[in-house]
Amino acid sequence: MSADLATYNFAYLDEQTKRMIRRAILKAIAIPGYQVPFASREMPMPYGWGTGGVQVTAAIIGPDDVLKVIDQGADDTTNAVSIRAFFQKVASVAVTTHTKDATIIQTRHRIPEQKLTEGQVLVYQVPIPEPLRFLEPRETETRKMHALEEYGLMHVKLYEDIAHNGRISKTYAYPVKVDGRYVMDPSPTPKFDNPKMHMSDALQLFGAGREKRIYAVPPHTEVVSLDFEDHPFEIQTFEQDCALCGAHGVYLDEVVLDDQGGRMFVCSDTDHCEDRRDHGHVGEMLAPNKEAAE
Amino acid sequence: MAVHAQALAGGFTDPVFQSQTIFKTLMDGMARPGTISSTELQAGQPEPLGNAAGAIALTLCDHDTPVWLSNGLAKSAMPEWIGFHTGAPITREKAQSSFAFIEAGTAPSSFGLFAAGTQEYPDRSTTLILEVAALGDGEQLSLTGPGILATKTVAVAGLPDMFGRLWDDNRALFPRGVDVILTAGAQFLCLPRTTRIAG
Ligand SMILES: [Zn+2]
Repeated sequence: MSADLATYNFAYLDEQTKRMIRRAILKAIAIPGYQVPFASREMPMPYGWGTGGVQVTAAIIGPDDVLKVIDQGADDTTNAVSIRAFFQKVASVAVTTHTKDATIIQTRHRIPEQKLTEGQVLVYQVPIPEPLRFLEPRETETRKMHALEEYGLMHVKLYEDIAHNGRISKTYAYPVKVDGRYVMDPSPTPKFDNPKMHMSDALQLFGAGREKRIYAVPPHTEVVSLDFEDHPFEIQTFEQDCALCGAHGVYLDEVVLDDQGGRMFVCSDTDHCEDRRDHGHVGEMLAPNKEAAE
Repeated sequence: MAVHAQALAGGFTDPVFQSQTIFKTLMDGMARPGTISSTELQAGQPEPLGNAAGAIALTLCDHDTPVWLSNGLAKSAMPEWIGFHTGAPITREKAQSSFAFIEAGTAPSSFGLFAAGTQEYPDRSTTLILEVAALGDGEQLSLTGPGILATKTVAVAGLPDMFGRLWDDNRALFPRGVDVILTAGAQFLCLPRTTRIAG
């Protein structure tokens, strides 16, 4: 982080930049799933750190907001801690790790397990906003494909995947169609989270700093994962429950316990896991009778 | 000289936080079409511009956003006011405008001359800020589309008779098209191009 942040404007960005980003956000909401170009600014952190999401958050945040930042599902990773500290410093906003208390949630990789509500905005940090980029490197061409709603190549690519692997192997950044029109990259969230984007009560904003794009999904908007009649979209399922809180049907991370092959599966969403444990839910690992049973 | 004084009058007293407040309300409004919002902030805008329209101008306009004004506004202190407070250039070309401010009772007979963007860049379009007689009172409109759970009913007084047809034409251009913000004094509501309106 650079020195002298105190001499910067509220939320770091100057008013001219905020206006430009705000206009882009309004257009993004009006054209769901369409990538609005914007003049991305240098931020006092490297590109890989979510500068697109940081700029979107900086343009929308006000003194009464309560900010939560997650990286993977956790609030305590270096990236999340740094971004949270940045906004505490430049905008003096309240921060939280509790999903339900936040008005703005900035995220990389996950959508919280707890259902988001009407007063909340989810801001995604996006590295690669263009879902067609792996098919076509030229921006002029992908833009034309979106313009003409020419998504056949994308379907062919997914179907080839099925032919080779018996299923669509993409588990992250799984493409979706928004409001029946634009194909959009939810990147880089696991496809497990795709259904949470559909008809969400919260506004979802996406910022890509290096690629200079902003896009959005308004609340109550159809978000459909691309699939085929004979190969319908399926999310990952986990056989285990969370070892700490016993949660089932949530996204789990594998944690290696020792070099003897010991491992456990725990909630990727750390706030969700802590909240469940606070409410008395106990997983296998923390069960009181565990030692006695062994 | 009276015109000059009016042009210098008003503006936000605390631009950073007041424009954030207005923007947040606009963002929520665009995300939830048909929701009536209200601002208590005084923009000090010249007649016949309404207070909400004035606050929106101060929040979104600057030297990068050419502004088109309807006749009554073009003849008022508005061109100097918006120039002084935001730096936005005035254009007579609808197709060049990022924002168009339209006073009550003078709604355009077509949206066709405003910028609708291109198929590749549908965001390069005009946003119309259209003053009406009242929001929450008058003709019932039934809205559907993104941002709306099932159907949203809202009453608007003073919409031109042909608005429904203009809007259908606009909707048919999607993803091209204009977005509209209806204003009535201190109140406003947003109609992004995705919204469908039934009378
Ligand atoms: Zn857990």
